[in-house]
Amino acid sequence: MEIFGIWIASLLTLCIYSFLYRDNPFYRFAEHLFVGISVGYSIVITIHQGFIPLAWNPLSEAMVALGTQIRGEATPETSEALSGLFKIFPIGIGLLFFARLSPRQAWLIRYPIAILIGFNSGIAIPNVLRAAIFEQTHGTLTPFAQMHAGSMSLDDIIGAVFIGIGLICTLIYFFFSVEHQGPVGWLSKIGIAFLMVGFGAAFGNTVMGRVALLIHRTGFLINDWLGTIF
Amino acid sequence: MKRQGPLALCFLFGIALIFTQFSPHSVSQKLYEEVIDWGLIITPFALVLAVVTLIETHITRVRRRTEHWQYSLVVFVGMAVMVLIGIPFGPQNSIVEWLYNNVQVPMDATMFSLLAFFIASAAYRAFRARTFEATLLLVTAMIVMIGNVPVGDLAWNTVLSWIPLEDGASKARQWILDIPNLASRRGIILGVSLGVISQSIRIILGIERSYLGGGD
Repeated sequence: MEIFGIWIASLLTLCIYSFLYRDNPFYRFAEHLFVGISVGYSIVITIHQGFIPLAWNPLSEAMVALGTQIRGEATPETSEALSGLFKIFPIGIGLLFFARLSPRQAWLIRYPIAILIGFNSGIAIPNVLRAAIFEQTHGTLTPFAQMHAGSMSLDDIIGAVFIGIGLICTLIYFFFSVEHQGPVGWLSKIGIAFLMVGFGAAFGNTVMGRVALLIHRTGFLINDWLGTIF
Repeated sequence: MKRQGPLALCFLFGIALIFTQFSPHSVSQKLYEEVIDWGLIITPFALVLAVVTLIETHITRVRRRTEHWQYSLVVFVGMAVMVLIGIPFGPQNSIVEWLYNNVQVPMDATMFSLLAFFIASAAYRAFRARTFEATLLLVTAMIVMIGNVPVGDLAWNTVLSWIPLEDGASKARQWILDIPNLASRRGIILGVSLGVISQSIRIILGIERSYLGGGD
């Protein structure tokens, strides 16, 4: 079974690389199979790691507890399990997504969408404030405090000053309430230079990441696949 | 009711999540966990709807016999096999794991590795050192790429041996990543974060309503 798996993986890998020549039936087959398998796997994961533990299990336990309660055999555990009945509300709201399939009732989809958007906005505000704004500002300013305490090397001091200047100039570039002329224009130009270095670094890292994957796939074909033949 | 109801719910959920995150009280924490659970329960339905739409699209392709319609059947087969085995038996099932390890993961990695060729060809065509900014981008990318591989340091130590700095290629790469790259990244992160916060406030307060779509 392991060798069969290596062969399947290798043939699919070659099917995808065949696109480097041009679009062809082998590539299209692999591409569509990839879409099908990926979508299927994401459904399985979502149901097994999200829906079943969070909604299905509490609801079914609550139904059992309700039966016990009706028979008059209630215990503190069954009373607690009854709270799972409230899961019927998010399930009902989630089912409203399917209202889109009916043109007349399609407006009902606004309810789950509005809840999810409100939910994500509510999560975003404190977390973004904490993780992105406070932490990034803290990370930029902390070296200056260390500098003041005299516990930094010259290299680190230059680095911290450079980061501070770069950050201010980059922010000035994105500040459109003032016309970019005179000193603001110059600072904004320095900001562009920092941004270009950032984009160049991101590009270089992306290329190297993809090349590492290419080396890995080539290594797989040469060592694992050809290893099963020769 | 068609617009006010969703707007009110959006406001309630947004406000509930903001306040419960700031309050350490046990009731508040319980409410926070419950609301998070609600969000996690509702989200999978959106995925199922997305899958229904995907199926609809491919059924239309098959029905109309559009070009390459046969490949839509491959999508159905892949999805059906995964779902029919994965949902009753779970993702730890040996067949699901086999498909994941021998079909999905290799194809995922290969698809991304394919980008190496396209990025290289796009860069060859697009990267021209016409302006100062373009030159900066080009030079930075080259240093980061060269500094990433051992041959970069080998070339530095051999060709530029008169410079009193060992392994200069990887050190230059690291300096770029740690200093100017960090500065620009922080600028972008701060800008994006302020945008996210202002947009979130607009959504919660009902100023931004485009997600409700058109109609009444």
